[in-house]
Amino acid sequence: MSFGTPAPEDQQPDHFEFTAENLERARKIIAKYPEGRQQSAVLPLLDIAQRQNDNWLPRAAMDYVADLLEIPRIRAYEVASFYTMFNKAPVGRHLIMVCTTTPCWLCGSDDVLRAIEDKTGLRPGQNGDDGMFSVVEVECAGACVNAPMVQINDDYYEDLNYDRMVTLIDELKDGKTPTVGSQTGRHGSQAQAGPTSLLDRRPPDVVAAASED
Amino acid sequence: MLRDEDRVFTNLYGWEDWGLAGARARGVWSNTKDLVAMGREKIISEVKESGLRGRGGAGFPTGIKWSFMPKETDPDRPSYLVINADESEPGACKDRDIMRFDPHRLIEGALVSSFALGAHACYIYIRGEFYNEASHIQVAIDEAYEAGLLGKNAADSGWDFDLYLHRGAGAYICGEETALLESLEGKKGQPRNKPPFPAGAGLYSCPTTVNNVETIAVVPEILRRGGLWFSSFGRPKNEGIKLYSISGHVAQPCNIEEAMGIPLRELIDRHAGGVRGGWDNLKAVIPGGASTPMIPRDACETALMDFDGLKELQSGLGTGSVIVMDQSTDVIYAIARLSYFYMDESCGQCTPCREGTGWMWRVMQRMVKGNAEVEEIDMLLEVTKEVEGHTICAHGDAAAWPIQGLIRHFRPEMEQRIRDYRDRVHARGAQPIAAE
Repeated sequence: MSFGTPAPEDQQPDHFEFTAENLERARKIIAKYPEGRQQSAVLPLLDIAQRQNDNWLPRAAMDYVADLLEIPRIRAYEVASFYTMFNKAPVGRHLIMVCTTTPCWLCGSDDVLRAIEDKTGLRPGQNGDDGMFSVVEVECAGACVNAPMVQINDDYYEDLNYDRMVTLIDELKDGKTPTVGSQTGRHGSQAQAGPTSLLDRRPPDVVAAASED
Repeated sequence: MLRDEDRVFTNLYGWEDWGLAGARARGVWSNTKDLVAMGREKIISEVKESGLRGRGGAGFPTGIKWSFMPKETDPDRPSYLVINADESEPGACKDRDIMRFDPHRLIEGALVSSFALGAHACYIYIRGEFYNEASHIQVAIDEAYEAGLLGKNAADSGWDFDLYLHRGAGAYICGEETALLESLEGKKGQPRNKPPFPAGAGLYSCPTTVNNVETIAVVPEILRRGGLWFSSFGRPKNEGIKLYSISGHVAQPCNIEEAMGIPLRELIDRHAGGVRGGWDNLKAVIPGGASTPMIPRDACETALMDFDGLKELQSGLGTGSVIVMDQSTDVIYAIARLSYFYMDESCGQCTPCREGTGWMWRVMQRMVKGNAEVEEIDMLLEVTKEVEGHTICAHGDAAAWPIQGLIRHFRPEMEQRIRDYRDRVHARGAQPIAAE
């Protein structure tokens, strides 16, 4: 992981506070936990802070969340540095997280990395100059039967290969919204060529695809 | 093959509405009140009779785990159910489908199971990366509150029950139950020493049971159809049905619900379209997720997919996540990549794991190139044994087992790699690099 090193001082904002809307969200989250156990809310609140701050977590935000929860600031720093989803330095608008763990690697995650480098010039751990893309290698994202896959911000893009990854980046560059999930159009984790179970429940498009064969 | 009428997860592929109306049409929430009316003891005895063993990997009998919870509830120390939805084991992606396509089945299970445990509150801890899956669960929870299925007198059962969703933020180790509890308390996810076990002192030091998503989601169906129905599948001590994930070099990677004990070959051939290039092109299979040792093709011929069947082969069922590797695979790299995974995900608490996973990864990198001495294979094996069993949680074991499986079955290939490297280096007249 490479957005785990805190941004230098000159990039750190002096001040951070939740918008009124996010403060309301935070209050609702804190209420999920028993009285006196508000520290439980630290992960979700840091997540909200990161979303409010262009997908990275400055120190001022960690301080703010710790103060809001009335816990020592070091507790927020600890948590922010332990969990990989917190970016401690600025990232591009599209943070491409490429899974390269064994199941994805077996199915061609090297080709996906190559496609990303060919299209954006970025290797894992790098930020683009235009602020559009950042790339990072991640560990298993839990979509192994739809390997290889990448996560871009909140969404999974699955069943990739070199060409599909190229298309995906082109669409993002053109300001389009790519289809989330499988890039071959299969439903969830069913077998691409047609399911072997629950045949009576198949939707029309799955039945049609089967009858073509 | 398992008959469709015996399947629990009838929206496994997301063909139907995952919301409340769709769930009701699939029979979820049909008689939840009656299930609760069975009473705590009857529910637990039915779950015991079903033979259900935890679906998160360790396979502990669920009914027995539940019986460790206190019978009387101390108002100052309420009981909790915590659902482990931190699915992160490489190869595993089954809980994801339950959460995104049938979240109400999980929510109904949470209510009934919590009642059996004497818990009025339950947290679902979902890995942070599963953002869209978390959204589905949250929408389903909101629907359930709206319909009176959660909250005061949940589902008209007489039991007050609150269910909360909690998102993690990227840490494999939080799938370990006590690390999960630490994380849920807002701390770094570092496993706790046991005892005390969570049933004695878990979340906020209160009695807690931590169960996997699939485990909880099948409970209502077990109660509806009876423990005997569930235990009619599989072999003794390995009963029931479960979700399998088949990934890697198969023609049709997929998730499938099947009976416990299904032959591995049948699972691959019937449901996953066979090994890419045919069965003879198979090299090895990791049968139960990354931490279970690989087994070579010969053993795959006869392997049965259950706890005891895979234990006999010095591997394990784990999460039932089958990773298939064909003859083109560099198995040494495939395992080295897992060594990197375990190094990256070590929480850093115990020295053998923190230092050992990094050491194993560095040596495995040299094994991939062949830049090693043949004797170092034994040293590597020795180190895996030093890490295994010497850490607070099973992460150290999980890092050791894949390497042990590799050496057990592919030592000749490792030795050949070393000899090939040496021949190349000698041909160039270069000096080998010293080991650490």
